[in-house]
Amino acid sequence: MKPIIATLLLAMGSAQAATPIAMEDQSQLKVPGTQAAVQFAPPAESQIPDNAFGQMVREGHALFVDTRRLMPEAVGNGMNCSNCHLDQGRMAFSAPLWGAYPMYPAYRRKNDKVNTFAERIQGCFQFSMNGKPPAADSPQMTALSVYSYWLSTNAPTAVEAPGRGYPEVPQPKGGYDFKRGKQVYREQCAICHGDQGEGQQVAGEYVMPPLWGKDSYNWGAGMHRINTAASFIKYNMPLGKPGSLSDQQAWDVAAWINRHERPQDPRLLEGSVEKTRLKFHANDGVNLYGQKVDGMVIGQGTTR
Amino acid sequence: MNPLSRFAISTALILAWPVAHAAEGQKIFTQGGANPAAMACLGCHGPDAKGIAAAGFPRLAGLSAGYLNKQLQDFRSGSRKQPVMEPLAKALSAQEAKAVSEYLASLPSAPASDLRRQQIATDPVSRLALYGDWDRQIPGCVQCHGPGGSGVGEHFPPLAGQPAAYLVAQLNAWRDGSRSNDPNQLMVGVAKAMTDAEITAVAEFFAHPLAQEVKP
Repeated sequence: MKPIIATLLLAMGSAQAATPIAMEDQSQLKVPGTQAAVQFAPPAESQIPDNAFGQMVREGHALFVDTRRLMPEAVGNGMNCSNCHLDQGRMAFSAPLWGAYPMYPAYRRKNDKVNTFAERIQGCFQFSMNGKPPAADSPQMTALSVYSYWLSTNAPTAVEAPGRGYPEVPQPKGGYDFKRGKQVYREQCAICHGDQGEGQQVAGEYVMPPLWGKDSYNWGAGMHRINTAASFIKYNMPLGKPGSLSDQQAWDVAAWINRHERPQDPRLLEGSVEKTRLKFHANDGVNLYGQKVDGMVIGQGTTR
Repeated sequence: MNPLSRFAISTALILAWPVAHAAEGQKIFTQGGANPAAMACLGCHGPDAKGIAAAGFPRLAGLSAGYLNKQLQDFRSGSRKQPVMEPLAKALSAQEAKAVSEYLASLPSAPASDLRRQQIATDPVSRLALYGDWDRQIPGCVQCHGPGGSGVGEHFPPLAGQPAAYLVAQLNAWRDGSRSNDPNQLMVGVAKAMTDAEITAVAEFFAHPLAQEVKP
């Protein structure tokens, strides 16, 4: 009897709960492989109309490439949008805005609701920028949305365009190795990102972004997943030499980068890394949050 | 010599070292090294080490000491081939090279123009300089060389304030292989992907920056 009553109660409590709802995550769909030719090309800068809309496109672009300096109240680390979305959000296989904008609204398991595009950008600010997201109706959010919308000119909605996201790099059979990753980092990454992942600054502004530590993305950012970082690295790094690392090297160096401390996941549950791991990280790709590496629990966070 | 005086002398040497070092660097810059073949730098690079634009002799003032010292080593090893600099670099001792590099790094230079990356570039030259051309895997120059070409750390030298002829010569040196000392071969691919016209235009862009910061 008891299960039936519970079901009835649930059904009465929420009409929606009576019928099963498909809960597959629409924002983490399998990204089309690189074998599918990129067909979409965003409009050229010269095509920005000379009107109020065009002005907003320019403002959104400025925020996108110079985020930290122009939105210090919203960005809590050393990152700009364009650090993870190369070529001003235009480049295929670099999570281009024209591949993202037409896919929203979409259900995201990350926050268990249907997200508008503005809400998706707010997620970037909360996690990748370790900051305070601007309000959905703020002028900055409008500008960023307008820029994304403009880049998506003539793109079909709700169609996964080849070139969107970062193409999946399958995990090597032997997994990943920190020691090898450290070596790849030293040889290929440190010249720009520094020996300690600290990035490089000129006159107090980051030119090359920090990859770990207090000024990098936090433990809630998608990039903290080793699989996501491996995909980004394989198809975008080193700058100007994409595809030069093997799948194994991309995974190794992604694991090395993501075994270092960074700002705490802002969703931290009751101050417990373990509870946070179980709720948010246990089924989130391949990640080290809350796991022991060399006897230390990863995911303690950094203090400013 | 008793231990105390030995201590006193070594302390005095340690304390005096930076001063002596700087003085040595300045002397090499103005008068040359101990070997007469190591001629004074200022003859070609100018009394303020800001280069001689008309001749295409580069600015050295304010460049990172690590970068300058590496170039001197690379002239010696041949990974950077330059007929004038090769014998000069070979005539300098390792210590002299280090001293003169540190002295040059300490010299003042005009700051790079505050050209930020936030403006949409509509002309092809500033587009290439600021954002690159990713269809050809060319990153924007400023993405590695810093805002306005200011230079970043010891691996990415300033482009701002360098003579256009010098910048053109370097890009061509990477293309023809006479310069191959770029760490991780980061420049060779970029240089080879650029056209002659682009090389000339981008060199002018950084030699004579016109565009200043535009508020969006």
